[in-house]
Amino acid sequence: MASQIDEQQVQHVASLAKLKFTDAELSEFTPQLESIIDLFETLEKVDTTGVKPMTSATDQVNVMREDVAVNSNQREALLKNAPEAENGYIKVPAIIDESGDAE
Amino acid sequence: MNFYETDLTQLHDDLVNKKISATELTKATYDNIKAKDDQIEAFLTLNEENALAEAKALDEQGIAADQLVAGIPLGVKDNIVTKNIRTTAASKILDNFKPIYDATVIEKLKAQNFINAGKLNLDEFAMGGSTENSAYQVTHNAWDLTRVPGGSSGGSAASVAAGEVLAALGTDTGGSIRLPASYNGVVGMKPTYGRVSRWGIIAFGSSLDQVGWLTTSVKDNALLTSLISGHDEHDLTSSTREVPNFGAQLNDDTNVKGLRIAVPKEYLGEGVDEKVKTVIKDALKHYESLGAIVDEVSLPHTQYGVAAYYIISSSEASSNLQRFDGVRYGVRTNDVKNLEDVYVKSRSEGFGDEVKRRIMLGTFSLSAGFYDAYFNKASQIRTLIRQDFENVFKDHDVVMGPAGPTVAYKIGSTITDPKAMYMNDVLTVPVNMAGLPGMSIPAGLADGMPVGLQIIGKPFDEETMYKAAYTFEQSTDFHKAQPNLGGQN
Amino acid sequence: MNFETTIGLEVHVEMKTNSKIFSPSPVQFGAEPNANTNVIDWGYPGVLPATNKGVVENGIRAALALHAEIEPHQHFDRKNYFYPDNPKAYQISQSVSPLGHDGWVEIEVEGEKKKIGIAEMHIEEDAGKNTHSPNGYSYVDLNRQGTPLIEIVSKPDISSADEAYAYLEALRERIQFTGISDVKMEEGSMRVDVNISIRPVGSDKYGTKTELKNLNSFNYVKKGLLFEEQRQQRVLMSGGEIGQETRRYDETTGQTILMRVKEGSDDYRYFPEPDLPSLEISDAWIKEIGDAMPQMPNNRRERYINELGLTEYDAMVLTQTKEMSDFFEATVADGADAKLASNYLQGDVNAYLNDEQVDLADTKLTPANLAGMINLINDGTISSKMAKKVFKGILEGENPAEYVKAHGLVQLSDPAQLQPIIDEILSNNEQSVADFKNGKDRAVGFLVGQIMKQTKGQANPSVVNQLLMKSLQAL
Repeated sequence: MASQIDEQQVQHVASLAKLKFTDAELSEFTPQLESIIDLFETLEKVDTTGVKPMTSATDQVNVMREDVAVNSNQREALLKNAPEAENGYIKVPAIIDESGDAE
Repeated sequence: MNFYETDLTQLHDDLVNKKISATELTKATYDNIKAKDDQIEAFLTLNEENALAEAKALDEQGIAADQLVAGIPLGVKDNIVTKNIRTTAASKILDNFKPIYDATVIEKLKAQNFINAGKLNLDEFAMGGSTENSAYQVTHNAWDLTRVPGGSSGGSAASVAAGEVLAALGTDTGGSIRLPASYNGVVGMKPTYGRVSRWGIIAFGSSLDQVGWLTTSVKDNALLTSLISGHDEHDLTSSTREVPNFGAQLNDDTNVKGLRIAVPKEYLGEGVDEKVKTVIKDALKHYESLGAIVDEVSLPHTQYGVAAYYIISSSEASSNLQRFDGVRYGVRTNDVKNLEDVYVKSRSEGFGDEVKRRIMLGTFSLSAGFYDAYFNKASQIRTLIRQDFENVFKDHDVVMGPAGPTVAYKIGSTITDPKAMYMNDVLTVPVNMAGLPGMSIPAGLADGMPVGLQIIGKPFDEETMYKAAYTFEQSTDFHKAQPNLGGQN
Repeated sequence: MNFETTIGLEVHVEMKTNSKIFSPSPVQFGAEPNANTNVIDWGYPGVLPATNKGVVENGIRAALALHAEIEPHQHFDRKNYFYPDNPKAYQISQSVSPLGHDGWVEIEVEGEKKKIGIAEMHIEEDAGKNTHSPNGYSYVDLNRQGTPLIEIVSKPDISSADEAYAYLEALRERIQFTGISDVKMEEGSMRVDVNISIRPVGSDKYGTKTELKNLNSFNYVKKGLLFEEQRQQRVLMSGGEIGQETRRYDETTGQTILMRVKEGSDDYRYFPEPDLPSLEISDAWIKEIGDAMPQMPNNRRERYINELGLTEYDAMVLTQTKEMSDFFEATVADGADAKLASNYLQGDVNAYLNDEQVDLADTKLTPANLAGMINLINDGTISSKMAKKVFKGILEGENPAEYVKAHGLVQLSDPAQLQPIIDEILSNNEQSVADFKNGKDRAVGFLVGQIMKQTKGQANPSVVNQLLMKSLQAL
């Protein structure tokens, strides 16, 4: 089966991943991704009807933490590592697109 | 100090009995590193000043007999976070990153007063099998400086092989401990998923990642693995099972009589170098001569392992690496006009090509319209791969085969062909997919380069693997072979 | 043309737990920016989430309160999107196996009862807060990041703004009575997203939905929906089409304003969260939680009417908040007469709360002290006039019996003590006695006043009246 990815698709995926490729990079990446996705498509040959997907390898179930609050007192150290901080806030250049608001 | 001529227990005894001081040992370690690392290029960050201060303090208080690693300098792969010691995951995007907490494995070792010698090179975010994907430097194989050390724990393996440190921590998502162990002729163990806490391991594939050791001997490896294992309240996927003292069970009585070894025909099939096959077959014969029973078996879904693994690991990675966005830590690109710039420029400039490829593959595999055909399908294949192993383990104790299809290859020979590079992982990724323990031990040489024998165990049965490995090691001389690094060993 | 309206509501409720859903940082309103954060909340490299058991239990409580079926095999999923208030660039939520599904609440609009279905409800983490500044920067505070949320999604059963309003009231009431949240829209512990579509009556296909944002009170939800319902009708009547868009409700004009047009659906790339083990919710666990759950308001009302003899009105008022209802029940449990307790809570207590703009919990009033005061009135120890003073005392946290003693407020009811005083007053006021004999009833009032004066107001007026009349008639 022909691969489902072209330069336009690559660009769409890049925008989801917040990456940007130059035209030169795009023409290098696209065939590489195509060839790997061809490899992915070999999985089509396996009949997986009724097979439960395995999404974790842990042997643990129902492990939880008690509802106890602990203040880390790490505020200053955390803010120090931030590229920009002001008055206790993390500072970032303005958001143009408002669409990501807490869902 | 030649670490090939001693071991953890010996060094510990010498420290406790003051035959050597922690300061002397630490200085000797840095002498080794300075003599060799110009050529090996295993270390990204040295922790010399702190290490010497800690050694001095330890000498003043004396080495406790119940602290096996006290005063012993060990290496740490640079995707394991270390408080106040720069941790980059070999990525430019973390070039300036100083963690404010320790990984659980580091906390456990610190509680035993180990000395952190420094941070070791890897493929950026552990993505790769050659350590060529580091944003900082190419690490060289101690056996042949023109060859790769394997990856992604290439810095850890090369450093141990070159005798710079006694042992080093690595991580293994799809073979990243076992492949470099094989290429460098050292012992590498990836424990069962959940055996060791992942808290503080910079996540690559969260359902696949495990921490483990690279050492020159099986016993050191076993002793060290017990020290870092066990349930951690910070990692809810870590197992609550009891941790045996793996090293304590290795002695003169250890043997493999009646051990049932399964050898998957797929592991000695097409694509595996003939000379590698020969070394492995000889090793299996040796096991038979020691009283083990060797059977050929089939793991029929092996051929789909690489494709399924790259879908799952890349999908998880694409999500895990979204946090590197230039907002809260790490490198934010200058010259940004708005938030989108912060994201796109910091990430596009901060990540290397291989990391970008994986993020792209993962994002694609999870995206609308493709999830079922890629991520979900791969997760179903994962179930089948695990079932393959379960079937074999019904009447076998361990699975054996090569760790890699070839010996270490020349630097630069695969970096332009990612798919060829991925195929190198065919023998190691099924273990991570199934969550099993897997190790590589030196089994001989092919064309003068080390070949690793891979031993795969049942879940949480590292004990049987260590016993099998120890018996082999004690009855052969392969582990004594040292790389000839310009005659400096 | 006649249209019918379909409304969907997504309600987010913040739980008041001690710690966050996946990190031990405190959940606390109004702290210094980033004071309640740690490496997990910041999405540091290497950190892992750890599920708060209390959040799962609260989720089960909410599901039980909303008559939802609880999913026995649950896992978390990652919802991926970049935003500065979303530090990992994914939100840990439940997409495939929501905690509860197929629940309902009952509403009543204009005397008609109707069940509104709940499609699903799940637990997830809240995001931090972004503050946009005119200087071209945004400021991020991650205190709210990781606050436990429960998201409740309605079935398309709501067909008017009034029903939407009633649904929200019902939801708020029931959630509030579980005790898992304050459910206050003004503090952000309840947040509402709304979608609405209309279609010609009889059409079997739903119309195109618009989403409404910035609905900061139940009233705005209602007003926004009414406006949007009419706007859509106007568009369709004039031959136009409804766009799939998000609209913002403007509180000052009462209109909805286009924010953005949706192009396709967002691609959140959901997948199972590999860092967290799955949850197996046993029937035993659900039962344990259910057995210990506070009673729901409708059950309380029934009990108040049938067992405590209150009116329906009283029962309704007392169950407006769990706080008031719990207080009432505790007061009765402390021995107070139910009707008097109800009267005091609805009267003096409520007036006080309104005057001071405080919640019951902010006062020093306790059920034991209120019950104590009511019993002192009942047994005649104090008069209702004295009770006014005692009430002020118990608002300050004072014990009513001790207060009465300290302030000499004990009522004189003992005839043996009162009779000599009455005899004295009568002998000193012969003119008044004569007036009484001549049929001037006014004289009685004067005499009572004298007795009260003599006893510094402590005499029990009804006992005084009785004794006085007897004495006068005997003269």
